[in-house]
Amino acid sequence: MKNYNQLMIDLSKKGRKAYALPDNDVDVKPLDDYLPKELQRTTKPYLPEVYEVDVIRHYTNLSNKNYGVDTGFYPLGSCTMKYNPKINEDMASLDGFTKLHPYQNENTVQGSLALLYDLGQKLSEITGMDGFSLQPAAGAQGELTGLMIIKKYHEDRNDIKRRKIIVPDSSHGTNPASVTAVGYDIIEIKSDKNGGVDMEALQAVLNEETAGLMLTNPSTLGLFEKNIVEISRLVHEAGGLVYYDGANMNAIMGITRPGDMGFDIVHLNLHKTFTTPHGGGGPGAGPVGVRADLVDYLPYPTVEKKEDTYYWDHNRPKSIGRIMGFYGQFGVLVRAYTYILTMGAEGLKRVSEAAVLNANYLQSQLKEHFKLPIDTICKHEFVLSGTGGISKYRTLDMAKRMLDYGIHPPTIYFPLIIDEAMMIEPTETETLETLDRFIDIMLKIKKEGEENPELLRNAPITTVVRRLDEVKAARKPIVKWSRE
Amino acid sequence: MNRYIPLTQEDQKYMLEKIGVKGIDDLFSDIPESIKLNRKLNINDSYSELEVQKLMKRLSNQNNNLDDYTSFLGAGSYDHYIPSVVRHIASRSEFYTSYTPYQPEVSQGTLQYIFEFQSMMAELTGMDVINASMYDGATATAEAAIMAIRVNNRSKVAVSSTIHPETWKVLETYCHFREIKLIKIPEIDGKTDLEDLKLIDSDTAAVIIQSPNFYGVVEDVAPIEKVTHENKSLLIMNVDPISLGIAKSPGEYRADIVVGEGQSLGIPQNFGGPYLGFIGTTEKLMRKMPGRICGLTNDVDGKQGFVLTLQAREQHIRREKATSNICSNQSLCALMAVVYLSVMGREGIVDVAKQCISKANYTMEKLLETNKFKKVYPGPIFKEFVLETALDADKIEKALYEEKIIGPLNISRLKKDKKNQLLFAVTEKRTREEIDKMVDIIKEVH
Amino acid sequence: MKILEGLYYAKSHEWLRIEDGEAYIGISDFAQHELGDIVFVDLPSVGDEFDAQDSFGAVESVKAANDVYMPVSGVILEVNEILEESPELINEDAYENWIIKIRIKDKSDIEVLMTALQYEEHIQEEE
Repeated sequence: MKNYNQLMIDLSKKGRKAYALPDNDVDVKPLDDYLPKELQRTTKPYLPEVYEVDVIRHYTNLSNKNYGVDTGFYPLGSCTMKYNPKINEDMASLDGFTKLHPYQNENTVQGSLALLYDLGQKLSEITGMDGFSLQPAAGAQGELTGLMIIKKYHEDRNDIKRRKIIVPDSSHGTNPASVTAVGYDIIEIKSDKNGGVDMEALQAVLNEETAGLMLTNPSTLGLFEKNIVEISRLVHEAGGLVYYDGANMNAIMGITRPGDMGFDIVHLNLHKTFTTPHGGGGPGAGPVGVRADLVDYLPYPTVEKKEDTYYWDHNRPKSIGRIMGFYGQFGVLVRAYTYILTMGAEGLKRVSEAAVLNANYLQSQLKEHFKLPIDTICKHEFVLSGTGGISKYRTLDMAKRMLDYGIHPPTIYFPLIIDEAMMIEPTETETLETLDRFIDIMLKIKKEGEENPELLRNAPITTVVRRLDEVKAARKPIVKWSRE
Repeated sequence: MNRYIPLTQEDQKYMLEKIGVKGIDDLFSDIPESIKLNRKLNINDSYSELEVQKLMKRLSNQNNNLDDYTSFLGAGSYDHYIPSVVRHIASRSEFYTSYTPYQPEVSQGTLQYIFEFQSMMAELTGMDVINASMYDGATATAEAAIMAIRVNNRSKVAVSSTIHPETWKVLETYCHFREIKLIKIPEIDGKTDLEDLKLIDSDTAAVIIQSPNFYGVVEDVAPIEKVTHENKSLLIMNVDPISLGIAKSPGEYRADIVVGEGQSLGIPQNFGGPYLGFIGTTEKLMRKMPGRICGLTNDVDGKQGFVLTLQAREQHIRREKATSNICSNQSLCALMAVVYLSVMGREGIVDVAKQCISKANYTMEKLLETNKFKKVYPGPIFKEFVLETALDADKIEKALYEEKIIGPLNISRLKKDKKNQLLFAVTEKRTREEIDKMVDIIKEVH
Repeated sequence: MKILEGLYYAKSHEWLRIEDGEAYIGISDFAQHELGDIVFVDLPSVGDEFDAQDSFGAVESVKAANDVYMPVSGVILEVNEILEESPELINEDAYENWIIKIRIKDKSDIEVLMTALQYEEHIQEEE
């Protein structure tokens, strides 16, 4: 069904319907009696009129045009595209979790509150922090929450000249964007030749205006920041706080913890490390953990426990405030909790070991054939320079050719500090056979590129659509269907 | 051996050899000893699938869910009908196990449903463009306030007091840290006080109005629009998409930005999330809008296809100058909404809205007939309404609960100054029998 | 790559042309080439005032968005509205298709700008 190419609105035919509401059994008056004419809309919304089979076939056909983890290998660096266990989905869809109103009396939702409380405890232990808020809706909102905590902490101490946040030049774009969102300024420092924080550059920018430092560890290059203890010490000495971007937590669970590295604030990406599905772009969840003296700053409400009863604590005067309409992405949290129960302490450690082993295996096999800018033991991912200076084709072309071989390409052109970057994260849920197949495909594409670069530049040729005209889309955006 | 990790002892040995190290520990030798955990994490041991199911079911059974209870509780989260089709489509793992559609050639499924979501929401709201979705209605409102500041470089945002109190709180948080001034436009009789529109001046970047508002009252936005635009401020409307089956749309009111919570569009109540924030605007302001947008284009062969577009505004390219730090959308929830809107269609969305408005009005009249309630806000309502009572709110809650009914919200919980006011929500799902039963129980409360 | 004689250039790759006491500002051929296919030009409003080095708008391609800066201080007299519909004109001829026309506030600002020759050297250094 690859050629299916209709919009839902094209299927519409007047008189068809796909819904069945019960008859309205109360006394009904004319609409004008309820709502004055001038507050009513004048035309019906231009929505489709279809029957149920149309809806099912249409969206089933669309699903067939999608590639997911359940389809195949997805070595998308920094995104941790691992298998999403099915029991997580089943548990998150239990009526006892989905059919709950957020304002129900606490006595009637003790199971959910207990789950949230216990999940917070487990995440605290895994990261070495003292308290968690499970509310942030995504990693980016976790960053925002963490930066708000940093700002509130300085405000409360009346240390308001601190308005600068330091990030390495290898950082993800959300870091600087989140800094702007709290009204702070960004200072970008360059990386050293091994991709780590350049200690001299760091020391040069630390001063009484430093509000904090944001860091991922392992870094976006997949390398462990060996100077982390010293980095934390220096930032603290200068009066700043150290923020851990948990994007790469999959490499270190049960082995080391951000809290032990000296981080004050941590966010986790449950949709990466804790197997909740990416959902085609969301919903994820980005819980934030803090050290003991920052717990009061967490967004409210928090879940607390008194004797055997759980309750929402809204009375938190030092809190940064409310960050979500209700309590965050509860359904996502249920999935992550299910995963932690399934894995246990040893299972989580094994996850990190296997993820790191898989990455190092791929790196060791590929570095013979591709340029590896920093040749050292990696963590859960590594970054190649895809073309390694060959200019017949680009890393983008390699990625597109990979689609023809039926696998999802790695992350490309990130981090920005590596030329023609190709960032590969195999995760722990892939077999040796899959990794070997990936190596074969990489080599085959390289050979094709040398012999016939045109083949790469024209790729993909087997997908439902080929390369799309992004310039046209951006110049004259068509962002909805037309009424004709 | 764990069922998600395929690594055998034999594999491990082979791979370590190829890497050229002796053991797994060597792969972690770059981590300083001083910060190694060197003990087992103090969390649970692993459970089998059956044990996990049992544990989780025990937890979920400690909750009283709305399959067993009849709900008259709303205030931002609603018990609407969800067609079976919605869950079946959203359960397709080609959708839910995929990433953000950055490789459009293998993401046409996701991209097309986002395009269709944008299209249907644009139709419903009457706006030129709707994005691929935001975290929830409250954060979408905060992002709209920040967008307005970016558009006209003014210093403050005016918000009607009739907005949901928790949306106000989220606005406060976002704006405090962003150093944006917020002012409240007072209310009168449960509506935005038109006398106080003089608060809107040439420093006002935007005016935020929710309709139907927190009290369930449908606001007359026309006079507010007039003053807002006279001052060259932007009009931001926060709307319930279900109400737009019958209510005048933000587009018809000439709103500049529309936001709202889309949970009512086929998404389970989920104890508060994940939900579906949406934001939309005019063609003129499209490039100032935060978040993802999907656009129609064609491939090198001229075949129709979809891509994420206008990405130069976003954090991964624009970094500290991006329109927002958001780098995801509630994609799967947008899928539920687009399937819901496909199922309901042109007629269904109107039917649902009509059932809501007639059932809510019926319930209100029945409650007033008991002489235990007083109507405090005279304006037209949609699916919620507020009544004042001399009865003890806790007693009402308890009496209803014993009969398996989850009663109205005591507003004082969210607005301390509002005593003895109850907010009832009545969706199309409520039957006459359920409504009459609720009224009968309350009649007996003394 | 074209560098036009008789224009003034800024380090951030804008050019300035003086005509009857007023000035036209655009981006250099080098800048348009670096950006690639331009998809959008964010224009200021007539009457807006800017200091030298202030950002007055942005030029976007699919993969980048660059702010454009005032080479000198001034008031916007006119914006090139054709670019709203056809941003690709800058790709076609970066010097013909100016972005804004201004009245210069402080003529001494011009002194720090580069000549065509200096700008050519500047580009070579950057590369």
